Amino acid sequence: MNWDKWIPLMVVASSLLPGLIIFTLAEKRGRLRTTLNLLGAVVKLGLVGLMVWGVYNEHHYETRLALLPNLELVLRAGPLSLLFVTLSTALWFVTTVYAIGYLEGSAHRNRFFGFFSLCVTATVGVALSGNLITFLLFYELLTLSTYPLLVHRGTEAARRAGQTYLIYTLFGGALLLLGTVWLYSLTGTLEFTPRGFISGLGPEHNSALIMIFILLIAGLGVKAALFPLHGWLPKAMVAPAPVSALLHAVAVVKAGAFGIVRVVYDVFGVETAALLGVTMPLAWLAAFTIIYGSVRALYQDDLKRRLAFSTISQVSYIILGVAIAGPIATIGGVVHLVHQGLMKITLFFCAGNLAETLEIHKVSEMNGVGRRMPWTMAAFTIGAFGMIGAPPIAGFISKWYLGLGALDAGQDWVILVLIGSSLLNAMYFLPILHRAWFREPPKQWPADHQFGDKETAWALLLPPVVTAAFALGIGLLASLPFTPLDWAKLIATREFYQQ
Amino acid sequence: MHETLSQIPWALVLILLPLVTGMLAFLWPRLAIPLGLMTAAMQILAVIGLGWQIHSTNDAAYHHAVGGWGAPLGIVLYADGLSLLMLTVTALVGLGVSIYSVEYFQREQALRFWPIWLFLLAALNALFLTADIFNLYVTLELLGLAAVTLTALAGSKAALDGAMRYLLATLLGSLCYLLGVALLYHSYGTVDISTLAERVEATPAVWAALGLMGAGLILKTALFPLHFWLPPAHASAPAPVSAILSALVIKAAFYILLRLWLTIFSPLNESAATLLGLLGGAAVLWGSLQALRQTRLKLLIAYSTVAQIGYLFLAFPLAAAAALSTWNAVAYLALSHALAKAALFLAAGNLLCFGGHDRIADFDRVVRRLPITAAALALAGVSIIGLPPSGGFIGKWLLLETALGQGRWDLVIVMLLGGLLAAAYVFKVLGHSFTEADVMHEAGAVPKIMEWSALLLAIAAVVLGFLAVPVLDWFGLGEVVGIRAVSS
Amino acid sequence: MSLAFTYALIGVGLFTMGLYALIVHAHLLRKILALNIMGSGVFMILVALAKRSGDVPDPVPHAMVITGIVVAVSATALALTLMLKLNATSGRATLVDDRQD
Repeated sequence: MNWDKWIPLMVVASSLLPGLIIFTLAEKRGRLRTTLNLLGAVVKLGLVGLMVWGVYNEHHYETRLALLPNLELVLRAGPLSLLFVTLSTALWFVTTVYAIGYLEGSAHRNRFFGFFSLCVTATVGVALSGNLITFLLFYELLTLSTYPLLVHRGTEAARRAGQTYLIYTLFGGALLLLGTVWLYSLTGTLEFTPRGFISGLGPEHNSALIMIFILLIAGLGVKAALFPLHGWLPKAMVAPAPVSALLHAVAVVKAGAFGIVRVVYDVFGVETAALLGVTMPLAWLAAFTIIYGSVRALYQDDLKRRLAFSTISQVSYIILGVAIAGPIATIGGVVHLVHQGLMKITLFFCAGNLAETLEIHKVSEMNGVGRRMPWTMAAFTIGAFGMIGAPPIAGFISKWYLGLGALDAGQDWVILVLIGSSLLNAMYFLPILHRAWFREPPKQWPADHQFGDKETAWALLLPPVVTAAFALGIGLLASLPFTPLDWAKLIATREFYQQ
Repeated sequence: MHETLSQIPWALVLILLPLVTGMLAFLWPRLAIPLGLMTAAMQILAVIGLGWQIHSTNDAAYHHAVGGWGAPLGIVLYADGLSLLMLTVTALVGLGVSIYSVEYFQREQALRFWPIWLFLLAALNALFLTADIFNLYVTLELLGLAAVTLTALAGSKAALDGAMRYLLATLLGSLCYLLGVALLYHSYGTVDISTLAERVEATPAVWAALGLMGAGLILKTALFPLHFWLPPAHASAPAPVSAILSALVIKAAFYILLRLWLTIFSPLNESAATLLGLLGGAAVLWGSLQALRQTRLKLLIAYSTVAQIGYLFLAFPLAAAAALSTWNAVAYLALSHALAKAALFLAAGNLLCFGGHDRIADFDRVVRRLPITAAALALAGVSIIGLPPSGGFIGKWLLLETALGQGRWDLVIVMLLGGLLAAAYVFKVLGHSFTEADVMHEAGAVPKIMEWSALLLAIAAVVLGFLAVPVLDWFGLGEVVGIRAVSS
Repeated sequence: MSLAFTYALIGVGLFTMGLYALIVHAHLLRKILALNIMGSGVFMILVALAKRSGDVPDPVPHAMVITGIVVAVSATALALTLMLKLNATSGRATLVDDRQD
């Protein structure tokens, strides 16, 4: 039996099945739920590891199922897919542990973890998609599975945030659908192909292709929080911290950015896109978003909102790297997918810890918190420095390659954007660090939940420490094989140099 | 065994079984529920059997002369891919609704519900198996009368008013239709569809017939602007009846229109198609906007039906250039809508049973307390919006693809807008399901069967999204579109 | 021939008058009567135009009319019952919207 054909589907199923089962469990079966969650995560990790090894050894993993008369559902493991799916799987595992700790004692955990699993199913499906229709299917599934997580608390504020989220994402989904169907009617295929699959079309279709590009990017840009489609993201902060962590580091924003990478590389092809003249406007928009997000972040006192605007800014690095249309910039953009994920999730975990342990939500409340919660703030510090782009943390690597790539492609202005953004990052992160480490703590924290002699629960403490360590390690050891940087180089090679 | 199974005249079973069990249920009320359930289950079996028989004939159509009398004196039963589609929809939704109704109706109402529901099933099946236009009139009338009676079942003022309005509209529609039959018979001397299809030409009499029959059928399908009777009737009927009305009865009128369109009125297709497409677009937009404005769930769902019917009519302008893909899209849209809409109405019935009201803003933590019903609402909603993965998405995709291929941007915009508006009203309901109401209230008990039947119908609508290729193959609409006339 | 045609025209006239009455009148009994008159109009057309070669009438439309009459009777019975029930529960034999309160 040719197992290779089914492995991608099994990867998707490894979180779908536990999720569906969790929905049917009685609320008090906490142990079973935890077991299912972690089991699913471990199985998924194992299968992904298998695929990574397999792809290095010339295995071909592809699942094809008939969906429509002439279109198939395709799940395929290529380098870019594996990059994203590994990130998602690893971070899902970590976030599951965190969520178990965070939601300890709260209600409706079955519902939460059920949708959590569906959310990861959708993300992994997005990662492994082999054609645009499969991508669209899982992309919309992502919208549907994240909505209940957003409104989980059931308050009026949550409902309205969910409404805003839906308005943005469903509108984006409609644009994406239109672009996809239009493209299909022009080309008759939607398979992701390196260098794109539209090169066969003659120049009379150029205006249609430009419109399609705009539609696709707009549809994807909603989730990727590209200006001006970013409005839903800060409002989504009403959700519990694990949800924010997942949405911002792993699932939703990354799916949008990943989609844009796919569209530019495997639908249009970088050269064709550049010829059509759409990559420069995209680069400008991404650059604007980078600066805009950072500037807005400066004015936020609420910690999660500041991090939200930081995400808006940081994700556009990925888009910028792709839009510059050069191999080195591509490496920078693609590898930032992983790096930003690791760093941002660390930051959100820490924010969640502060909220759970000391009920701190605002930056102004964080004086001296480094003494009370040293490990958490150490992780936060690593994440923050990574965001600023200080070596040797992972964020530095991505910015370095982006800068080099910009020079290589003759887009010198990008360097200014990068420097400006790093400065702004410093301006809104360093004060937090200063407050946390060098100011006197207040007489009393807003609340102080004790956890024995640890600063907070194990489940809340370990994840950020682990992800921060990874962010540091990946940066330090970047030149070794099997790191995200290595993968990114492989992806860029395929796109630019291979036939 | 296989031999005998394929020899049974499943078409007759589809008609006679509900007729007989309906009478038995009336005479012996104690047996009503088991008879009803048994019939509903047999329907599925019969449809599968009939499908098999269709596929094993040369021209993918099944003929049966009742009593051995051929047309024009006798009645001929005819089943092809299109009939099979409608019969499948009926059987699936019928099963779900029957299971639901076991617990929904108490004593008094149950006595009256089951016989009439079974008669309605018989009329529906007969309608889909008919091969001549007069028999269509008879079955259409039977269907209408049964449907009206079911609508009035609750006995409340609103229900009686809705039923009366429905009755007047349906009778008017049938009379217009009959007048058209008269004109056609006078012109061509036959009522047999296939013979008419051969003989008909674009004369004024045929135009008049199209106008009359079209108007009558459009009234019965509740296409904008003749949809006025639908919201009061569907909203005030008991939940399972609303499901039957929205999912099945309306589709019957649409089926007749489609059948006539493909056969008798095919020379007139070009010109009339634009009008139908226009009305369809208006229905989509108007119905969706009205649905958004509703504060009561059942009215919202009823207006959603008005909108969804519009989608079916958007296909008519596209069919000339791309017949198979267009009708495939329509088939999928009709099938998914029937399942999803039935699920929605059944879920609404659950909510009514639970809270005693269906005011959307006052839903009280539904997701927490009625998770199965909430799931049914969500899944059915996904199909109605046309989000993947669902049958609704497949239908929408096929229609969008066809429209874009012909450069019909007007239809594309209408479809996308319709999807967004549908998302707005579906998530309006879902959003309120998560929140608490200002006024907490005591919860009524909702039997598990009722919750599960709603959920299963909704799951079916979603699962359809993955079965497009085998399902469309099974219906084999390619043959239908190619058929012009079949001798009996 | 022209006699038959005249009858057919009268049938059309009945149909139209019935349609007008159905829309205009508010009282349900009038609406039901209007529908019956429309029905009679259609039946008249069917019978009037029924012809075979020569002067022999075509029996098929007659059969259709008989069926139609049966259907009309059942429908009228249902309509009258509904009207009575509506009258009993709401006090007036009109549809809710049509009342001029």
